[in-house]
Amino acid sequence: MNKIEVFEVSSSFEDLPVLDRVSLSAAENRLVSIIGPSGCGKSTLFNIISGLVKPDGGTIYIDGEDYTGKLGRVSYMHQKDLLLPWRTIIDNVCIPLVIQGKSIRDARQKAAPYFSVFGLDGFQDKYPSQLSGGMRQRAALLRAYMFKSDIMLLDEPFGGLDAITKRKMQEWLMGVIRAIRSTILFITHDIDEAIFLSDSIYILSDRPARVRRVFEVDIERPRDNATFTSPKFNHFKKEILEYL
Amino acid sequence: MRRWINTGKDRMSGSGAWGILALIAVWEIGVKVSGIKPYILPAPSRVLISLFQSFPLVMKHTRVTLYESLVGFMAAVVFSFVLALAMDSMPVLKRAMYPILIISQTIPIITVAPLIIIWFGYDLLPKVIIAALVCFFPIAVSFIGGLEAADREMYDLLRSMGASKFQIFRILKLPGAMPSLFSGLKIAAAYSIMGAVIGEWLGAKAGLGEFMRRSMHSFAVDKTFAAILVITLLSLGVFRVITFLEDNLMPWTRFSNIKNE
Repeated sequence: MNKIEVFEVSSSFEDLPVLDRVSLSAAENRLVSIIGPSGCGKSTLFNIISGLVKPDGGTIYIDGEDYTGKLGRVSYMHQKDLLLPWRTIIDNVCIPLVIQGKSIRDARQKAAPYFSVFGLDGFQDKYPSQLSGGMRQRAALLRAYMFKSDIMLLDEPFGGLDAITKRKMQEWLMGVIRAIRSTILFITHDIDEAIFLSDSIYILSDRPARVRRVFEVDIERPRDNATFTSPKFNHFKKEILEYL
Repeated sequence: MRRWINTGKDRMSGSGAWGILALIAVWEIGVKVSGIKPYILPAPSRVLISLFQSFPLVMKHTRVTLYESLVGFMAAVVFSFVLALAMDSMPVLKRAMYPILIISQTIPIITVAPLIIIWFGYDLLPKVIIAALVCFFPIAVSFIGGLEAADREMYDLLRSMGASKFQIFRILKLPGAMPSLFSGLKIAAAYSIMGAVIGEWLGAKAGLGEFMRRSMHSFAVDKTFAAILVITLLSLGVFRVITFLEDNLMPWTRFSNIKNE
C-alpha cells in the first residue's frame, strides 16, 4: 500500500486553473521528487497535501485514509528556513512539540538526541542568525521531523543555497534519510539533485500542471559523488531534459 | 534598531560629545562678550550654578514630575496593550478604531490639556492623564504594527502544525512585535516627561513645569534653564532605561547586529 497517494487533485486560483487532475504516490520510506517549470503549481500541491488549501477536486490518501483538507498530518519544510530569530535552535526545533502541548522542558529532552543525527551538535543554544544557511536548513528539517516524522514535504529546501553548500547538503540529506524512516516528497528545480536523491521523479507540465512522466530512478544506493558522473545518471538526465 | 542605538551611543561618547561641548562654549562666550542680561539669556555656567543653589527645591519638583510621568506611562502601556490585543484579535474593531486613533493625534495636546485641568483639578491626576495621552499613541501604533508584521509563511507553517490562534499569538506574533513595540516605548518614555510638564505648566501645585512657570514670572530665567536641563536629563534617562530593558529582553538582537557580522 502507498504511504501517501494524491488522487486526481485539481485546483484553481480565482479563474486560473493551477493543477489538472494530478495523481502521484509514494511508498513508505521513499523519496519522490517533483520537477516542473516555475510557477506551475508545485507549491499549491504541497499546500493541498498539508491541508492548508482545499482542492477543487480529488483526494489525498495517507495510509489509505482520506486526509483531504486536514491540517496537522504531514510536516512541511520551505525554501526559507522560517526559524524564529528570537528562539535558540533547540527552542525553534521544539516548536511543534510545544504546539502539541508538551512543556518546553520535555520538548527539549525529546529533541536533544536528534541533534547529532542531523549534524547539529553544539548548535542547540545558538540563535539562527549565528548559523550559516546550510545549518539553518538542517535545523528547519529537524523541526519538520519533530512535527511528523513519517511524511515530510520539502519545498526546494536547498534552493537558496550556493552550489557547494547545496552539494554538501544533498549528501547530508542522503545520510539523514538512511538514519530516519520517512516518506519524503521533494520539490526541486535541480535535475541533478532530483536524480541523486530520488526513488522516483514526477515531471509536471506548464500550468495547469499535469503529470507528464514518471521516472523510477533505479540507481543503486548508497549513492555518492561518483553517482553524478555514472552512465545511468546521465541517461536519466538526458531523458528528463527532453521532458522539460 | 540596535545598530541605531549603538551609533547613537558612539555619537554621544565620541566625537558627538565635542559637538555639545562646542555649542556650550559658544553660548558661554557669546553671552559674556555680548553682555546680554541674564534675565534674557543666562550663560551655561550661571544655569549650572543656579541648579546647584536651588538643587533641593528642583529635586522636590523633579520627584513630582517623574511620578506623574511614570504613572502616566504605565497607564498608557496598559491601555494600549488592551487596545492592541483587542484590535489584533478582532479585525472589525481594528478597522473601526484605527481612524479614530489617527484623528485623535491631530488634536494638539496643548489645546486639550486645559480642558483636562478644568475637569480633573489641580492635583496629580490631570498630569497623569496628559502624560498617558501623549504616550498612548506611539505605544499602541507601534504594538499594533508589530503584531501585523508577522511573517505570512511562518504563520502558515505554524497553522500546518495545527497551532491554535492563541499559540500562534504566543509563539510568533507577540515576540515578533517586540522590536517595534520597543521603538514605540522609547518615544513614549521621553514624551511622558514632556506631557507631565505641559500639564504642570497649565496649573499645578508642584512639579518642574510649575517651577519653570514661576521662575519665568520672576524673571529667573537661569532657573527655567536649570529646569530644562533636568527635563532633558530625565527624558534621556528614561530612554536609556527602556533601551537597557530592550537589550536584556531581546538577547538575540546582539547577533543580528551588522557590526558583528
